[in-house]
Amino acid sequence: MSVERREARQPWILLSPALAAIALLLFVPLVFILIYSFWLRTATGADQIGFFLDNWQEALSDRFYRDILLGTLKIALITTIACALMGYPAAYFIARSRGNKAILLLLLMLPFWVSYIIRTMSWINILGVSGAVNSILLSLGIINEPIQMLYNETTVILGLVHFLLPFMILNVFVSLDGIDETLEDASNSLGATKWQSFLEVTLPLSLPGLAAGGLLCFVLGAGTYITPLILGGPTDAMFANLVYEAIITQLNWPLGSALSLMLLVVLGTLVLIYNRYLGMAQLMKGLG
Amino acid sequence: MDDTKRYERLRERYMNGDLDRRKFLGILGAAGLAYGVQMPFARHALAAVEEVRFDGWGGVVSEAFRKYAFDPYTKKTGVKVVDGTFGGGDEYLSRVKASQPGEYNIAHLSGVFDYARYVNLDLGSTLDESKIPNLEYVIPKLTEVFRKVTDGKLSCVPYDYGTTGLAYNRKYISDDEMKEKGAKILIDEKYKGKIGGWSDWRTRIWYASLQTGQDPNNATDMDAVWAAIRTNRDLLLKYWTSGAELMSLLAEEEIYVTEGWSGRIYALQEQGHDIGYMDPPNGFGWQECLFVIKGSPMAEVEELLNFMLAPETSIAVAEGQNYPPALDPQKVDLGTKIPKLPAFDPTGSLAGLTFADPAYWNGHEQEWSKEFGRIQKGY
Repeated sequence: MSVERREARQPWILLSPALAAIALLLFVPLVFILIYSFWLRTATGADQIGFFLDNWQEALSDRFYRDILLGTLKIALITTIACALMGYPAAYFIARSRGNKAILLLLLMLPFWVSYIIRTMSWINILGVSGAVNSILLSLGIINEPIQMLYNETTVILGLVHFLLPFMILNVFVSLDGIDETLEDASNSLGATKWQSFLEVTLPLSLPGLAAGGLLCFVLGAGTYITPLILGGPTDAMFANLVYEAIITQLNWPLGSALSLMLLVVLGTLVLIYNRYLGMAQLMKGLG
Repeated sequence: MDDTKRYERLRERYMNGDLDRRKFLGILGAAGLAYGVQMPFARHALAAVEEVRFDGWGGVVSEAFRKYAFDPYTKKTGVKVVDGTFGGGDEYLSRVKASQPGEYNIAHLSGVFDYARYVNLDLGSTLDESKIPNLEYVIPKLTEVFRKVTDGKLSCVPYDYGTTGLAYNRKYISDDEMKEKGAKILIDEKYKGKIGGWSDWRTRIWYASLQTGQDPNNATDMDAVWAAIRTNRDLLLKYWTSGAELMSLLAEEEIYVTEGWSGRIYALQEQGHDIGYMDPPNGFGWQECLFVIKGSPMAEVEELLNFMLAPETSIAVAEGQNYPPALDPQKVDLGTKIPKLPAFDPTGSLAGLTFADPAYWNGHEQEWSKEFGRIQKGY
């Protein structure tokens, strides 16, 4: 075998475990889901094997699914913007801190040591009628009776921001940490104020990190179902809740498969649009 | 025929010239390969059953099962009981449907409609009742309804019963007001934002039937039922999804009134919360069973069921989970606590409870669960 051929093969050999894992854990299940989406659920709950377009027809033509999907995208977008606004200053602070960067990063990682569900449920103890905030306000005499703060769209967004903020901070941090600080010094020495240096130098250079964080937050936010289940009110369901209900409550796996693929296609399309305007290479740079 | 005999015959055919050398060695090789492949699995399959899986409702219910039934059973027999939990029968059915036979063994199912659904999906088994002599203590009415579904045979043993009645915080709602309003309190504007509701389509339709003055097992005006569900939804703080969440919402005073499971409400009362409980006329009665899933190790499972139905075990579990046992009070002395539990019927006839008609509910399941799913989300 020639050296060129061996060298051409080597990356594939090295990649083969990862490719095998992706094929088995992602591609094969996706094919199963696709096949399932063309089956039908019978009245007894059993599946009728065949090629039926009923589920797709229902998923694509029913306004109910479209409205919930748009609502989900709206919540995911608000969450992403909130994460960006809150995450950027935090990431900047960590990247520019001297000496204690490792401790700050460790603190950032700490929430991951606690279950996502437990973290989400902790808001019940904070915002509940007999939770910390109401108790403090009552004891200070600011309010006479507890305020109902839980179980609405705002608390769903709050829970999602709580869950996704570390992802945004980490992405932005990686981007900021890679920027040569002397560039800002050079900008200052040329007469720019600190704020101008930030706007003209640091922010543009850190955009790939912000974009990568934004994409991650948006996709994860749009696909969640636990947060609205725990912190949402009666009408705060997101699209993943519909998938959960179709599969778990209604035992309608074929419809659930069609709905999950619909969400996948919508999110995939958004990622492609993102790629078209920002470029995956830039995102990869942002992801470090 | 054993393997030695097979080999001797094969060798004889080879020696007689009926088989050529290549074929003889090929068959020997294939036999060796088959033996090598099947042995690890066969060893596993032939080994004595060391554990049985049980799935139930979690929380105080699972604690009672663990403490009073599973641990003593393991101590007695050496067979470990692995207990898992689920939030509802629908969710669990989905898990079982996706599993391999034998992965799940016994489920603490609620209602005859669930029993029928599992059986219709060919997930049932047939119990050898001679191995479960303690079945004789069970209220006959509870066993009969299951027999009707499975042609006189049983795929479960009845274990307890209870109601989904109205639970209310006495600090804000008086007993008199509850008696006056009954199920309609769940659509009372006065308590907007302080009402809870189980996200179970059957319970929602049952209570909407009561609110619209209809027979919960034969509602004729479904438009009125859906309208009542929408009214209830607009007044709700939250649809709860588990017993633990129900208890938390009531205990934390996030809600003042909801329908609730009798045993869980009794547990709250035991904890000192001033929560009232009442079953409105035609309130939702249900019976729970220990359903044996197809592919389970029957000998061990039947032994466990018999152990669990023994009066001393059954009473201890009932006192722990706060639901009356399926034991007939006419045959077994149930002690002092059980007669005080909500929904308890001292006659054993259960004439005062209205159970869900499995044919009616399962016949509409597909359509109604979907419709409720939409209404629940604001449609």
